[in-house]
Amino acid sequence: MEEVIRLENVKKYYDVRSGLLGSKILKALDGVTLSIWKKETMAVVGESGCGKSTLGRVSLRLLDLTSGRILFKGQDISKMKEDELREKSFRKKMQIIFQDPYSSLNPFMRIGDIVAEPLEIHGYHREEIKETVYRALEDVKLVPPEEFVNRYPHELSGGQRQRVNIARALVLGPEYIVADEPVSMIDASSRAEILLLLKSIRDSREMGVLYITHDIATARYVAERIAVMYLGEIAETGLTPSVLKTPIHPYTIMLLNSVPEPDPANRRRRRLAIKGEPPSPLNPPSGCKFHTRCPVAIERCRTEKPALIEYMPRHFVACHRAEEIMRGTTSVA
Amino acid sequence: MNEALVVEGLRVYYRTERGAVRAVDDVSFGLARGESLAIVGESGSGKSTLGLTLIRALPTNASIISGHVYIDGEDTLSLNLADFRRRYSWRVIAMVFQGAMNSLNPVLKVGEQIAEPLIYNGGASREEARRRAMEMIELVGLPREFYYRYPHELSGGMRQRIVIAMSLVMNPRILILDEPTSALDVTIQAQIINLVKDLIERFSLSVIFITHDVSLASDIADRIMVMYGGQVVELGSAERVLGEAPKHPYTEKLLASIPRLRGETIPEFIPGRPPDLASPPPGCRFHPRCPYVFDRCMREEPPLFKVGEGHVARCWLHGE
Ligand SMILES: Nc1ncnc2c1ncn2[C@@H]1O[C@H](COP(=O)(O)OP(=O)(O)OP(=O)(O)O)[C@@H](O)[C@H]1O
Ligand SMILES: Nc1ncnc2c1ncn2[C@@H]1O[C@H](COP(=O)(O)OP(=O)(O)O)[C@@H](O)[C@H]1O
Ligand code: SF4
Ligand code: SF4
Ligand SMILES: [Mg+2]
Ligand SMILES: [Mg+2]
Repeated sequence: MEEVIRLENVKKYYDVRSGLLGSKILKALDGVTLSIWKKETMAVVGESGCGKSTLGRVSLRLLDLTSGRILFKGQDISKMKEDELREKSFRKKMQIIFQDPYSSLNPFMRIGDIVAEPLEIHGYHREEIKETVYRALEDVKLVPPEEFVNRYPHELSGGQRQRVNIARALVLGPEYIVADEPVSMIDASSRAEILLLLKSIRDSREMGVLYITHDIATARYVAERIAVMYLGEIAETGLTPSVLKTPIHPYTIMLLNSVPEPDPANRRRRRLAIKGEPPSPLNPPSGCKFHTRCPVAIERCRTEKPALIEYMPRHFVACHRAEEIMRGTTSVA
Repeated sequence: MNEALVVEGLRVYYRTERGAVRAVDDVSFGLARGESLAIVGESGSGKSTLGLTLIRALPTNASIISGHVYIDGEDTLSLNLADFRRRYSWRVIAMVFQGAMNSLNPVLKVGEQIAEPLIYNGGASREEARRRAMEMIELVGLPREFYYRYPHELSGGMRQRIVIAMSLVMNPRILILDEPTSALDVTIQAQIINLVKDLIERFSLSVIFITHDVSLASDIADRIMVMYGGQVVELGSAERVLGEAPKHPYTEKLLASIPRLRGETIPEFIPGRPPDLASPPPGCRFHPRCPYVFDRCMREEPPLFKVGEGHVARCWLHGE
């Protein structure tokens, strides 16, 4: 198996001017390491503002990084300029699918032209364009393609529009795709369809996918591995079944506990809820960043930052009390 | 009489350039005192329109074509708007509007926004209104000093708490919540849901909880009403609709489409898309997407059939 993308200790800091205080550093990504292989999906989950989209964009080099390295199939692209990324075809090989299927398509363009646009920009020939566009539309099940190429976005449902977005991302033959909340604005009844479609295209085209989502439940159907983020860091990461069945980090445990299932018995019990809200990334807590909300925090957590350590096969956790939690001598919920 | 609210044969259409959009098309149900009813359905199924009709806050291009809304036995649709506002709005029936947390007045302190109706509709003095607004802010789990904050200084979860405080400030008996947590993280959603549960109990509220999320509905609902294409397709206790086998094919497929964190089932999807309410399909509105469709479904619109105790479903499979 081949590694498609690799991030090594990647940091993304913003210099934000905040009124009277002058300038402050916002650590949107604070040392993230991960890799994604061919035909593999890595899901990234966590609360709003924890850095998921920043991670996705930095990995595509749509944002510059502050430090660390990004390797695309072994080649260091961390410092490449736009021209070089383009010349060496990295731009073609890395694509993104956005959240909003409504505003992301030009309402005055036909579907065929929308999907063909990236090919035209890269100077492909007319015949080649037609063939590639049709194949992409077939891949996303907008069939028969000749029926869809002449339609306009407003004639399509949200789910169909998102498939147009996916087709457009596919035409340049990418090997790495970032899908940033691709189904959060689509009707519940079509979400599974889009996600399963994305998975089968990933396999047939042998791509690696970074799947960003708020909805942890969807991750288990499409992602082989999962990374739980908190304030710009990875709190826990591992094979999806391992993380979902035996979560170790208190944040993961509580996050999973707050996801509801349709059960009439729910109304007679209170939901387990994490107290408070994530602290501002402008002023992150010392030591373990989760200590202000963690029900099992100890003195050490306030001062010492826990390292990401492998506690089970390919399952990593950044928590001082991971071993006790695994042994069951400390209980989180 | 034990019903806080009774809706009968309600039809609400929007005038648009494409013709009449039949957003609510013959809806009837009752809400008992102290009961929580969840209205579940995909986007565009008519949930918000129904809620807005109950508190008489429809946009100007909407018309109530027919039907009755009884509150404590009085037909409130027959009242003129000024009378309804004076006697019912906020003091008897209140609503947390969809997206309200994002449309707070940006230049007014949130406390003043809570206090406003007390002064203008309740005849309270400024001082009284401020005291009461602070109590409400505390009640929804925020510090009293938040009275002086502006909306942009608060997180989404905090603004949602403020909006809930606004809806309860005049002590209504009936509360409609329209998608109160859909823009929030699950962690914050869990906190808000716990708050709503506490408030329902504390004030013995009768609640209509509107959501597209069936899991969320099960958190609050005694009964569940499933809407599809402007109509009620199934209505029954949460135990019956979610617990035992659901009786309408749409409910069945909707439940099967939910990705679950636990268990082994793979989510299915419903092919096709919800109907265009400017020209809904003839017969059963779900027939173009229904796996059990047969010829009668395409010609005749099914009525609501009784399928169990207090449980109805709009499907020919349950007809004679
Ligand atoms: N251009 C920018 N300038 C300054 N701060 C930024 C910028 N972009 C993002 N941030 C900050 O970086 C942090 C991470 O943001 P990011 O958008 O990656 O979060 P996210 O996990 O994708 O959130 P959501 O779930 O809401 O999409 C946030 O605190 C955000 O406010
Ligand atoms: N102001 C409006 N003008 C015209 N059509 C509207 C308006 N508001 C809603 N609709 C239409 O009415 C139908 C029901 O909408 P709505 O009540 O908002 O559904 P829901 O809350 O279930 O998503 C949809 O077809 C929607 O497009
Ligand atoms: S390191 Fe400490 S504060 Fe952080 S998650 Fe573990 S126990 Fe909680
Ligand atoms: S009436 Fe027919 S089409 Fe409609 S839900 Fe029942 S079986 Fe399906
Ligand atoms: Mg994001
Ligand atoms: Mg709505």
